[in-house]
Amino acid sequence: MRSFIVFLGAVAVIAAAIGWVLTAPQHLPEDSFAGLTGDAERGQAVFTAAGCASCHSAPKAEGDAKLVLTGGQRFPSDFGTFISPNISPDPVHGIGAWSLMEFANAVQKGVSPDGAHYYPAFPYAAYAHIAPQDLADLWAHIQTLPASATPSAAHEVGFPFNIRRSLGGWKLLFVNDEWVRPAPTPQLARGRYLVEALAHCGECHTPRNALGGLQRSQWLSGAPNPSGQGKIPALTPDVLEWSAGDIAYYLESGFTPDFDSVGGHMAEVVSNFAQLPAEDREAVAAYIKALPAP
Amino acid sequence: MKSILVAATGLALLTTTAFAQNLPAPVKARQGQMRIIAINLGILGGMAKGDTAYDAATAQAAADSLAGVTMVSPGPLWPEGSDMDAVVGTVAKADIWTNMGDFNAKFEGLATAAKAMQAAAGGGQQAIGQAMGAVGGTCKDCHQTYRGKAN
Repeated sequence: MRSFIVFLGAVAVIAAAIGWVLTAPQHLPEDSFAGLTGDAERGQAVFTAAGCASCHSAPKAEGDAKLVLTGGQRFPSDFGTFISPNISPDPVHGIGAWSLMEFANAVQKGVSPDGAHYYPAFPYAAYAHIAPQDLADLWAHIQTLPASATPSAAHEVGFPFNIRRSLGGWKLLFVNDEWVRPAPTPQLARGRYLVEALAHCGECHTPRNALGGLQRSQWLSGAPNPSGQGKIPALTPDVLEWSAGDIAYYLESGFTPDFDSVGGHMAEVVSNFAQLPAEDREAVAAYIKALPAP
Repeated sequence: MKSILVAATGLALLTTTAFAQNLPAPVKARQGQMRIIAINLGILGGMAKGDTAYDAATAQAAADSLAGVTMVSPGPLWPEGSDMDAVVGTVAKADIWTNMGDFNAKFEGLATAAKAMQAAAGGGQQAIGQAMGAVGGTCKDCHQTYRGKAN
């Protein structure tokens, strides 16, 4: 009996050790951006498509104030309320003192410069697919934006979700390096890059399981609204009957085919897409029209 | 069991219908206003997109209706206590009544864009397209903040 308890104890210690190793923050290879120079002007399109300002500007900011990435917007969820941090180039309260590598590990691996996991309210699982040149351009662009000296607010997340190490387990389970959909044509590849990586559409339009992981088998088939009433609509062909032209026009103008208009957080998304080239909106429309029914 | 289901369904139908019919008059009025806006934007948007052929007289009539309906005095349409927490069948957020000045300014933005559309409607497909962009921007501005569904 006693030896059995010792055995169990040993198993527990080994399991804990394995768990500790598995949940450790992962980093990008050191040479990920070797030879690349960021172009701030090109980074603006990446910044717009990725919707950075939509979450990181101050609550209700409009116009040029949207480019001050001071944070403070609140995102209620089943796990607590997340508050977007200051990612302006302020060296103390923002990310101005970071290196490209630290920025990339934050955006693509969800790991802070001091080695803590970020909560997946930050869509790093989608951003992991951003191409290295685009990432370098994005970093160059963000550094040109105005600095804000407003400190970031702490997330309002209770036990057990406040144990950041557990997010290592979440990442193991739910971060997937594979694309969701095939891309047999250049247009579908561009659409996939916009939908699955930059614009991170799946974060709201795909249902999540009890642990908050995206259910990839139900990709873009609609989900409950985490921050309020109603439902985030399905984009799959069993529900969405819009033509490709309807989708592209919606992303440009905010008008549905029956000339109702976009609202809520999607209005931010439309404002971003309206600034991108028409080919990008058409590529997203092509991607959506190629979705299978769930 | 089956009869319970039937009864429940019947009751559900009844209540839904009751809600639809018993909306307060101000809610009915403002929803009608939105529909008049939408039907006229449909005419203009169809021409802007090239789905329908441009016709100056039809475009002007739609733009005039749009401008006209934005001139309805808002007060009677938006009384206190007609928000989505108080009335089933509306998606107007309670925030409207704590930010009435901003809400009215946003609606005034639509009225201004509608007047610009009135001036542009005779100018052809491209002119309508540009004016549509401005009108759409004002719809989005207000719905983003004050409507409780996203579309």
